[in-house]
Amino acid sequence: MLDIRKDFFANERDDNLNVVGKGVQRQDMPGHVTGRSPFFDDHAFEGLLHLKVVRSPHHHARIRSIDVSAAERAPGVKRILRAADVPVNKNTLLSLINFGKDDEPSLAVDKVHYKGEPVVAIIADSEAAAMAARKLVRIDYETLPAVFDVEEALKPGAPVVNDTYPNNYFEYHDKFDHQKLRFGDTEKAFKSADIVLEERYQMSPIEHAPTETNGSIAAPEQDNRFVVHSCAQGLFFSLGTAAKIVGLESNRLHFIGGTVGGGFGGKVDSITEPLAILGAMMTGRPVRYVLDREEEMLYGSPRGAERIYVKDGVMRDGRIVARHVRSYFDAGAYTRLSSYAAVKCTAHIPGPYWIPNAASDIYVAYTNRCPSTAMRGFGITAVDFALEVQMDKLAHAVNMDPMDFRILNAYRDGDMKPHRRVAKNTALIECVQVAAEKARWPISDSAKRQSSLAGGGEGERGQIPATLIDQRGQIGRPETRNAPSTQTLPAGTTRIALTKQPELEGSRDSRAAAPNVPRYEPAQPAVQAPAPLAPATPASPPPQPYAAPPSPPAAAPTPGATPQHGAMRFSSVFGTRRR
Amino acid sequence: MARYKGRGMASINYPIGMNLGGDPSQALIHSNPDGKFTVALSAIDLGQGMKQVTRQVAAETLGVPIEDVYVDTADSDTGPHDMGSFASRGTHRMGNAVIAAAREARGVLLEAAAEELEVNAADLVTDGRGNIHVRGAPSRSITVRATAQAAQFKQGKTIAGRGIFLVPLSAVDAETGEMNPNTAFAHACLVADVEVDDETGEVTLLGITSAYELGRALNPKMVEQQLVGGAWMGQSHALYETPEPYYPNPDHGPRDFNEYLMPGPGDIAPYSVSVLERPAPDGPFGGKGPGEMCANPVLPAVANAVFNAVGVRVDELPITPEKVLRGIRAIGGANPQTRRGG
Repeated sequence: MLDIRKDFFANERDDNLNVVGKGVQRQDMPGHVTGRSPFFDDHAFEGLLHLKVVRSPHHHARIRSIDVSAAERAPGVKRILRAADVPVNKNTLLSLINFGKDDEPSLAVDKVHYKGEPVVAIIADSEAAAMAARKLVRIDYETLPAVFDVEEALKPGAPVVNDTYPNNYFEYHDKFDHQKLRFGDTEKAFKSADIVLEERYQMSPIEHAPTETNGSIAAPEQDNRFVVHSCAQGLFFSLGTAAKIVGLESNRLHFIGGTVGGGFGGKVDSITEPLAILGAMMTGRPVRYVLDREEEMLYGSPRGAERIYVKDGVMRDGRIVARHVRSYFDAGAYTRLSSYAAVKCTAHIPGPYWIPNAASDIYVAYTNRCPSTAMRGFGITAVDFALEVQMDKLAHAVNMDPMDFRILNAYRDGDMKPHRRVAKNTALIECVQVAAEKARWPISDSAKRQSSLAGGGEGERGQIPATLIDQRGQIGRPETRNAPSTQTLPAGTTRIALTKQPELEGSRDSRAAAPNVPRYEPAQPAVQAPAPLAPATPASPPPQPYAAPPSPPAAAPTPGATPQHGAMRFSSVFGTRRR
Repeated sequence: MARYKGRGMASINYPIGMNLGGDPSQALIHSNPDGKFTVALSAIDLGQGMKQVTRQVAAETLGVPIEDVYVDTADSDTGPHDMGSFASRGTHRMGNAVIAAAREARGVLLEAAAEELEVNAADLVTDGRGNIHVRGAPSRSITVRATAQAAQFKQGKTIAGRGIFLVPLSAVDAETGEMNPNTAFAHACLVADVEVDDETGEVTLLGITSAYELGRALNPKMVEQQLVGGAWMGQSHALYETPEPYYPNPDHGPRDFNEYLMPGPGDIAPYSVSVLERPAPDGPFGGKGPGEMCANPVLPAVANAVFNAVGVRVDELPITPEKVLRGIRAIGGANPQTRRGG
């Protein structure tokens, strides 16, 4: 039951279109509804081998020894992979865009950091043979203390989860244990507020629960290449990740994706492709690595939990004057993509409202659980839950209708957002008005008259206020977490250059909304020193013939070497030097 | 013991594409000698309709019937680089890349037609039904098919186009969080109607009503599919799902769909949605992306509706019967709040 309200924003649109805007049937629909659309696992290969991994039974343990001799002799077993067989056995997904340090092995080396971490891979003639041989692998563990709570993990003396980030948090800008947002003076505003409300929210982890579990099939071709049937959500993302880990140039891999049986963010991590390709390299035969349902549930990375504290100052007339958000992303044992989501969350604060003083501290904490990853709404879903329940509580506290309260505080065209960019193309007020009308939820006449197009950017709404900044939370110095603010940036200060607007091709109706001259240009731009050029990623081992055993892991990175992957871009965004 | 009705609402916005930019998408388009077009991408169709939305965008921009365009995607040998299907970026990023490619191909198509008709290419228009004619003079026309044949076999022209869309990467300030994040934002407001049983603690979602502003609904049927499916996921997040029921205690994790609780067909609530269209200045035909945001407002709207019904705040998801009952007990019995229309 969907209707389109063409009466709103009609003068900003050209509706004279031929096929855009029409509910035309999808080209792939007949295949979907008849169950004939091909998926990655619908490809048959002669001589197909099956890969299964042996997983850690402990949340945190040192590996004393691994004995695979009995498993190697088991019926049907063709090859066993151990950490030393993986050419580049340390990676972080966002190394493709040069963000963050490599922190996660494909097969555990001397420690396991979460229950379910892969330690040994078995390649056999059948899934049953591989699973039977799994039971014959003898691994001697020395269990270690584990930590599961994000705030406990950040306390001094907590067990070290991730050896690359020994303080149990992702390091931002080589400087802080969290990503900051500072806009105005929240502390002063809390003192002037009629009501201050501070609440704690907990978003649960969620499993993506795709119908099709994660998996891939890799097969040697006759031209020294490998074809890989994959369910990755980002085909080149997965290709680049796999190429790095197995030490091949990108053009020796031919990735074929297609229709994916449910992604929701759970098929970005490329957790099966590298080992399937490595298996094909080592055996010269096609190798299939597919998670079973229990593996997908327990060890396919989930949406991470987030703990969020929201503190608001509100006046009796309903205006919110200050908002502070402190949030902890539970990354699990390795970074995957949580570091990026925390920055996205920072950009999202304080929600779709204009609040004159806003700040946030977003932490990414490592715990001894399966690494979490992207999921639908990554970085936003949890904080929206917290903010919108908080909004309901605030409306209750000032005795206002929740819809009227949203409209009163809604952001509008021209309002300055805390990340210091002007809001454009807003439509929150209209959405609230239409939802109220549709649900027959009475709102005030004043709320009905409001518009996203009017009143925004007036007076202080369009300005960058004088802002208190601080050096709290320096890396390795927990005692600085409560340090006082050090400096006030004058009103109007900006430090990040505007990026060039993208070249627009054919968005014919965009011309009606030509971007305004930005009003946030600094009066006196504070020039930021350019970030140091990041050292390069490790050089990859030379390409190997596919049947030959891969070379041992690459040596330590050589400063100045040519990076294998991606551009040298995020290094300058965060000043984070990759190892 | 009784069942209490309650209403809650939430309003949100959502950023489209990778927050800091730096996430390019490329597209290639070429024509067969009879004027049938293939769009070659490496984008992934997760079931969300990537193939169809790019097909419509390509047909619209080329000015040809949709039947004359097919999208081939997800092969790294034939499709050029794309970051992937995530971050609500598919329609926005790839849609723009396809427009760029289609405009280039259309440019060659019109030049070839101009040569056949002996007119200036700038004077030509397409009718979207497979014909090219002089503006204001429909009789001076040539079919797309004849044009493509002439281009291939007579003129030696390639009716093809390349496109890329890139929002340049933004830096982030360490001390203030200043950045140039997403360029397009979608909006929504959602009302949830629930019924809460104060004996069992069970929350029943009775209905959802919402308004979404999405720039432009490029294919309203697919928008509906996204919004309804996403709302179910939101309902599931709010009331059912978690792999760690006693988080942060990691024990008692479910192993399969028997143990991992999700709503069944009988739990799904009726849903009514209105779509508003305020075109994004940098969106393909103004389009934004409803892919991720559609679950978000359901979580807080349901939590707020539970409070409205029985006066209990559950600030830890999911809102299980156990938490609701404990909350009711803590306040000494259900405490219904002000009714909000309905």
